[in-house]
Amino acid sequence: MSEAATQPRMPDEVGVPDPFQYMHPVMKKNYGNWDWHERPRPGVLRHVSKDGESIYTVRAGTQRQMDLYTIRKLCDIGDQFADGHVRFTTRSNIEFLVADPAKVDPLIEKLQAEGFPVGGTGNSISMISHTQGWLHCDIPGTDASGVVKSLMDQMYDDFIKEEMPNRVRITTSCCQINCGGQGDIAINVQYTKPPRINHDLVANVCERPAVVARCPVAAIRPAMVNGKPSLEVDEKKCICCGACYPPCPPMQINGDDSTKLAIWVGGKHSNARSKPTFHKLVMANLPNNPPRWPEVSEVVGKILKAYKDNARDWERMGEWIERIGWPRFFELADLPFTKHHLDTWTGARHNMNMSAHVHF
Amino acid sequence: MANSNGGDARDQHATPMLDELETGPWPSFITGLKRLRDSSDKQYAPMVNDLLGQLEHSYENRLGYWKGGTVSVFGYGGGIIPRFSEVADKFPASKEFHTLRVQPPAGYHYTTDVLRQMCDIWERHGSGLIAFHGQSGDIMFQGCSTENTQKAFDELNEIGFDLGGAGPALRTSMSCVGHARCEMSCYDEVKAHREVINEFLDEMHRPALPYKFKFKFSGCPNDCVNAIHRADFAVIGTWRDDMKVNQEEVKKYVAEVGRKYAIDHVVAMCPTRALSLNDDDTLEVDNKSCVRCMHCLNVMTKALSPGDDRGVSILIGGKRALKIGDLMGIMIKPFMKLETDEDYEELKEFAGEVIDFFAENALEHERIGETIDRIGLPAFLEAVGVDPDPNMVKHPRTSCFVRTDDFTEEAEKWYARKGRKADDDATVAAE
Repeated sequence: MSEAATQPRMPDEVGVPDPFQYMHPVMKKNYGNWDWHERPRPGVLRHVSKDGESIYTVRAGTQRQMDLYTIRKLCDIGDQFADGHVRFTTRSNIEFLVADPAKVDPLIEKLQAEGFPVGGTGNSISMISHTQGWLHCDIPGTDASGVVKSLMDQMYDDFIKEEMPNRVRITTSCCQINCGGQGDIAINVQYTKPPRINHDLVANVCERPAVVARCPVAAIRPAMVNGKPSLEVDEKKCICCGACYPPCPPMQINGDDSTKLAIWVGGKHSNARSKPTFHKLVMANLPNNPPRWPEVSEVVGKILKAYKDNARDWERMGEWIERIGWPRFFELADLPFTKHHLDTWTGARHNMNMSAHVHF
Repeated sequence: MANSNGGDARDQHATPMLDELETGPWPSFITGLKRLRDSSDKQYAPMVNDLLGQLEHSYENRLGYWKGGTVSVFGYGGGIIPRFSEVADKFPASKEFHTLRVQPPAGYHYTTDVLRQMCDIWERHGSGLIAFHGQSGDIMFQGCSTENTQKAFDELNEIGFDLGGAGPALRTSMSCVGHARCEMSCYDEVKAHREVINEFLDEMHRPALPYKFKFKFSGCPNDCVNAIHRADFAVIGTWRDDMKVNQEEVKKYVAEVGRKYAIDHVVAMCPTRALSLNDDDTLEVDNKSCVRCMHCLNVMTKALSPGDDRGVSILIGGKRALKIGDLMGIMIKPFMKLETDEDYEELKEFAGEVIDFFAENALEHERIGETIDRIGLPAFLEAVGVDPDPNMVKHPRTSCFVRTDDFTEEAEKWYARKGRKADDDATVAAE
């Protein structure tokens, strides 16, 4: 064997690829030179440059976890109608870039015929940003893709239309680490029981001081159990966050009955009008009920209906609630208000109403 | 018919629960997985069959069955997410199902040609399942055996793609569509994204930081890549001079939607009461009060646009719950000009100082926002060489528990800085 064949190939550390080699020529030509945009219809954007050139964008929803047959089908459609140039949004929608306006309608027809919803623009409910779940994560409490598929089926009409007061950004996360992120509505796993510890494995699998350090409430301490070094949890202190589980898998946080789903509302990334906000807890303890999670769908449906019927144009979910007040929100969305809605974490006092402003 | 992996192509796992996810109008990932499973001539068919079996098993028992481990490629210490099945006895063909995190082109632009090349590589070496994109921005090539990981990476690397970040390291970054297609864009996002990340690439490929560190680049305060919440170092485009108003387009807008609507939904929604509709339906803007929130620009896309004196704000320390609770980035650099090559060099220099501070001061598994919380903002500002600025605060401190015996010296520094700035402005004006 030659020396070259026995040497491992060293990586070419190219880093972030240069996008100009893939960018649509009209976008490349007008890079940094755009003037305004409009939305001729849901799912379609038209951007106009200062030189008067136009590019159309047709946005379609995908399942994010795509098989290569789906990707190749999208490529075929892109070749036929979009000069072979596409991009993806941060919410896993695919965008076809079209210079020739005559191709826009045929592209939409083709996408719809192939089962890809066209929409996700303007004041619609865009694709849910989500996590990996049972399909691939090592610590998941539920299956993100399945929850998302179920919800997007339910919200399909609001993806392909622009009839919400403002854009609605929904996220799902399969553990409390919340990789799905903040959202107008966030559907997140919420653990309800302390970890169950397999004491036979802890000493071999876990770096015990690191696990102790990881606990946000100092509820974990080293202990000898059955003559073996292990860890124990002060269950009165434990907030069931699951932080100990990733560094120490023998501290199982998931349980078929104890892993529940919670719903949060009013998160917002944009700085438009109000400052960015975190989402707030409105419902908890919903069953983790595959394959369709109907209890989650029902609550999300109620929240969306209350928002759609009552918010003013351009009010995001959190801004609408800010105006009408939380009492009215819980009433309109038909949700219970409990002691668990009162914050108990660091800084909790700042979330209390320190005024005589009340809603009746 | 036995296939090369020893499984039996006819012996498909029953998936009654997953089958229910094939109904309904939204594209189904289960239907996609079944297409891969049914491609009996492809190397991945048995793997995806067992993957579906394991997923159904998860749906039945409401538990996940993957565990981590260590898998990497030559030369790198990160970028592969190892997954080993805990139920490999039942589902042996998917016992190894690793993910390759691959950095996308800045702005997520692709040609169909390069997507097809990726598909071909993944058809040879992987599961046939690709996610565009993960929450950190990576293209996720999901499902690869340990043996094939190197082969898949080598071929992806040959067509110009590189692994992303994982573990305690610089992570893959994201930038919005920006300059490529958006009139709100206030800087060259592609240039900033590529120059910053590629400058510190070593921190991505050979993890040595206390914990993860994320940059995100949004071209304007609409923050389409969610940088303030989700990035340790958020770069947000903005402008310093007056926003641009095309009064003819304002009049057209008012005529189109009606005066009441324009007042209720544009003027009254301005968070700092910086807008007023004149009697002739032109718009008056109090630019000194404007906070660049973007609302009126978003609504009146033809009439309003950012000013000409553009640059970025930098916010540091965003992250989700673990360990001390959610943190948003806080304003550290209210404005940095980002136009010339020297400006971009300055951005990289500042990024380097922040990363160095993080590397030297953070505890293991601590994000920089938590480090700043622990040691206090003044210590951080001093370490990275940034002066205090009223744009950093919602309001000045309300607690009297502070020692102020050097207040006068600090005040002198403030006046000295103000004086320098006035001189600089005068020089610029003279030029």
